[in-house]
Formats: sequence, C-alpha cells, structure tokens
Amino acid sequence: MSIRVVEEKCNGCRLCVRACPFGEISLEGKLAVIGDGCNLCGACVPACKFGAIEMQIERAREIDLSQYSGVWVVAEQKNGRLQSVTHELLGVGKELADRRGVQLSAILIGHGIADAAAELVARGADNVYVVDSPEFEHYQDEPYSRVLSRLINTWKPEIVLAGATATGRSLVPRVAVMVRTGLTADCTGLSIGDDGLLLQTRPAFGGNIMATILTPRHRPQMATVRHKVMRAVPADRSRKGNVISVEVRESDRFCRARILGFVEEEEKTVNIAEADVIVSGGRGLQSPENFALVEELALALGGAIGASRAAVDAGWIPYSHQVGQTGKTVQPKLYVACGISGAIQHLVGMQSSDIIVAINKDPYAPIFQVATYGIVGDLFQVIPTMITKLRQR
Amino acid sequence: MHIIVCIKQVPDTTNVKINPETNTLVREGVECIVNPFDMYAIEEAIRLKERRGGKVTAMTMGPLQAESALREALSLGVDEAILISNKAFAGSDTWATSLTLAKAIQKIGEYDLVICGKQAIDGDTAQVGPGIAVHLNIPQITFVKKIEELTPLPAGSIRAQRMMEEGFQVVESPLPVLLTVVKEINEPRLPSLRGKMRAKSANIPVWGPEELGLDSDQIGLKGSPTYVTKIFVPERKQAGKIFRGEAEEAVNQLLQELRGRKLV
Repeated sequence: MSIRVVEEKCNGCRLCVRACPFGEISLEGKLAVIGDGCNLCGACVPACKFGAIEMQIERAREIDLSQYSGVWVVAEQKNGRLQSVTHELLGVGKELADRRGVQLSAILIGHGIADAAAELVARGADNVYVVDSPEFEHYQDEPYSRVLSRLINTWKPEIVLAGATATGRSLVPRVAVMVRTGLTADCTGLSIGDDGLLLQTRPAFGGNIMATILTPRHRPQMATVRHKVMRAVPADRSRKGNVISVEVRESDRFCRARILGFVEEEEKTVNIAEADVIVSGGRGLQSPENFALVEELALALGGAIGASRAAVDAGWIPYSHQVGQTGKTVQPKLYVACGISGAIQHLVGMQSSDIIVAINKDPYAPIFQVATYGIVGDLFQVIPTMITKLRQR
Repeated sequence: MHIIVCIKQVPDTTNVKINPETNTLVREGVECIVNPFDMYAIEEAIRLKERRGGKVTAMTMGPLQAESALREALSLGVDEAILISNKAFAGSDTWATSLTLAKAIQKIGEYDLVICGKQAIDGDTAQVGPGIAVHLNIPQITFVKKIEELTPLPAGSIRAQRMMEEGFQVVESPLPVLLTVVKEINEPRLPSLRGKMRAKSANIPVWGPEELGLDSDQIGLKGSPTYVTKIFVPERKQAGKIFRGEAEEAVNQLLQELRGRKLV
C-alpha cells in the first residue's frame, strides 16, 4: 500500500502541488515530494500529466457481495413514537431501493411498538422487522447493537441507513465494527452510482470540503443522515407491507450498563430542529442582555430561537439552541441570522433553509453569500424596527 | 487507577479557508492543534487522577509530527505518552483507526477507563470511540457531560450523565468502560511552566504494526472498508438581495419581500 513519485517522470511542473487538497505535496529542487500527512485521497494521480505519481492499493480478502440485497432503515422510536428522522430516511431509502431494484425494509426495536410498525409501512417500508421486548424499551448500546448486528448477518442487506441522532451516533458505529464494514457519518447526499455502489457524500474539515465516499468491498454499506437533511415521506395508510416479528435471543439481551433515569432540560423550549421559523443570534449581539432582541424577534415571527457557537460558548443561551457543525442541522422555511458572520461551521447547519435572511453590519460577512435577503446595517436599529413593524400588523 | 486518553492532532479547521482560485485548502497559518474535544478528555482524566490517584496515559495514531500533540498532553499533566505511527497506517478510515488504537490499549494492559473526545474536527465522524469499545469488548457511554461517581477497579463502576437531544440520561456501567466526552464536561486547564519542561524531556515510544501484532490487511488504506473517491469544494449559492441604507427603509423592503412569500 503506497504512493510514490516516479523520479524519472517528474519534471517539477507543480500540477500535483496544486491538486492536493491538503497541501501535502511540495517541491524539493525539481522533484515533487509527498509529505507525511498524505492520506492517500489520490487527487494528485490524475492531476499529473506525466504519470509520475503511482498509487498502489492492495486488496484485502474479498467477500461475496452478491449475497447482499435490500435497503434497510433503522427506525428510531421514543416511547413507541417514531422520530421524524425515520420518515426522512425512508424517503431516500425508497429512492435507493428503487434504483437498485430491491425492497425497502425498516428495523424497529423497542417495546409496545405495534403502532409504530404500522406507520413504517404507511411511510414506505415493504417489510418491517419488529424486535419487541421489555428490555428494549429504552435505547441501550449493547443490546441494540447486538440485535442489529445479528439481523444484518442473518438477512444480509446491501445498504443500512440510520439517523445521526444521539442514539444513532452511539449505535451505528458499534454495529459497523461488529459487522466489519464501512460507515459514513452525517451524509448530506446519498445516491447509487453507475456501478451500483452507494455514493455517500458528506462535509469534512469542519464543512470546508465535501467528500464522496464508497464502501466498495464490504457489506452492508452503512450511512447515517442528520435530521432535516432529507425530505420526509408523508404517510399513506392504504400502503401494504409485511410486518415480521423477530424472535429475541438470550444473547441479544446482554447489557452491562444500566439507565438510572432521564433528566429533561430545565428550559421549556421548542425543539428548534422542528421549527418552521428560526431566529438566530451570534457574536454581533455583544452581550447576553442584547440577546433578548433575538428572543423578541423570534416571538414576533412565531419562531424558535437559534444561536451560533459563539453565543453558546459565551454562555448566552444553552447548547440545545446551537445551529451548526457541532450543533443542530435545521431546515426551516425562514432562518433569520442576526449578528452572525457565517463561518462555514455555522452555514453547514442551516444553509438548506428555504429562505435565509441575514442582518449584519459587515457587508463582507460570509453569511451574505448564502442569504436570500440581507440587511447591511446596525442590528441594534434594524431588529427593534422589525419587531415594531411586525407587531403593528 | 489507570486512565487512557486517545487524542488526535488535527488542523485547526475553524480557521481553514478555501483558496477560491485553486479550490484547495489554504494551510498556511493554520496550526496543527490537539483536537478540541480531546482537550476536554485530557482534562477530565487529569482531574480524576488528581482526586483518586493513579496514572494517565495519552496515545495518538498519526504521522511523526503528532508527537507534539502528545507533548502538549504531557505538559498539562498526563503521565505517559505513546505515539502510534507508521507509513502502513496512512489512509486509515475509522474502522482501521479504532482497531489500531484498541490493539495499542490491549498492549498497555490494565486500565479502568478509556476517554476520547466526542469527535475529531477534521473527520467529524464520532465513530472511532465506539469502534474502540467494540474491539476491546467493553461497554461505552457516549456524550458524557458529567461524571457523577467513579469507583476504580477492582470494584469498578461509574455513574455518568449522557447528553441527549432534550436533556440527559443518567447511566451506570461497570469498569473498564470507554467514554466519549463533550465540551460541557469541564474547563481545560493551561499548561504550567514545569509541565512544559517535563514534557520537553519525556521519552515517547513509537509503536508500529509489528509492536501491535497487526497484519497489513487490517490497517491503513488496505484495511479500511470505506474509501474516499472524490473531494470537492462545495458550491456557494448565488448572493441574494441586499438592502442597505436607513434601517426604516431597509426593514420595509425586507418585510415586503417576506410578505410576498407569505412568511409574515
């Protein structure tokens, strides 16, 4: 496994230096040198017009991919109610299944979940595999990952999708390792390539670049998707599907951890990820007292309150309101960004909003690149004016 | 008590920009830092050691320059550091990385806790922590925002708060266990002068595939089930309508547009 510069063919033209997205290639004299931090992305190989860069990929042992068929969605439920990220996964899952000419199945683990199973059929699942037992009432890492791994090894799906929620991000990485396969987290794009492989696209480097990832030689191809990235499928009660009850084995129940309780967040807030309108505040508000302007504007627009990382780190508002790469991804009809410069890590969390309004005194703030409408001005004048006018109607 | 902390050296992606002409990452002036979430992991490990006694070992898998991240950990109060580095590890995805780190932890032997940061800010996957837990066959608690109680081995148990979307779970687990931590857990300290001097002279062993008993088809690009086929710079949307001038006028124009779209 290696990459090397073929000395005789390299003439120091620097095409590879320019092609490397990570800046790992430099010139020593007239010879290109690949640095220590090279992660073998391969961008330089086609960039060199002289064939002076060679990359060799040795293949590990092959598994029989033809045995794997079908698209699965791991449904997420809380207290017997499906989480809406599941409906979004069923939407993209259906597209993938149709393209592959295979069935779409949902895996439902919990207790008292018969209604949820019926809803999964209404949302597009051809089959629903139900694992219903008291021990599975609340999500726990070990039993859920054991059951899911066992089902994957038994029924051999070619693609498994799950929500990138707190649960999903604990469960799916465990399962991927147990089943010895590849997992791509937080995908923003999923499609089938010409060769039938799942193309998994996601942001990396804090959202500065996008990467398309394949799992060419292992199965299933696993991916997680954040809430509000894909569009949900509406329910169609006339749809028919198979609901299959899965027998629980003793080994599935193995669990070393214990849940002692759950403490709800003190503040009663709208879960911003579900809101149609979000008004967000950032560093431009300058103080926690001023942040009240954001709250008043949100109230006047009938929306929820969001925040950039700067506002959360400054302690003006709890983390549950944070929008961005390390916060929530939102997709409201209207997103108003107040005093937010628009660092890429924030944009990644809200740029799919239908209409984006930006208010900032800096005309060069990156937020204006994604805004549908912008006001360049002093937010301490603009926002109170907006609130007054909205209240007048 | 022995705590192992897994850290990663990453470019400071919060400061990385794209050169619009060449469509590549501008790396000049972008520092290599210890992954921010790992700083909280290091801090938590040191605090636990200060309260209960014991030892903290930091390890990282990376190119040779990652040694500086380990020296930083040592300067904060970590007792020992191990660098896992070899050309054969290059191109590792999260599967290969978690296996490699797990093998290193197994080589170390006895431990009460493995602590990792929630995710690395370059890969952003949050997969390696849970992957290590599976390879080691130990339980995990992810997104820990507070450790309520800890009893070291041999009795061995922990009670922790696990952050979820609308609150937190209180979870109890036997030891050894792997934790991934979030920023709410603590405030990382700054290194002391004494710490920095200690770190400078510390001996950091380097382990490769041979020391870890790993075959070439389990590690690096060859051992990685996922494969990056394309990297590209995301398209920026077209700029929209900007209203300038007096607040009164600008707001009127904006509200008119929003009314037209039936949003107000």
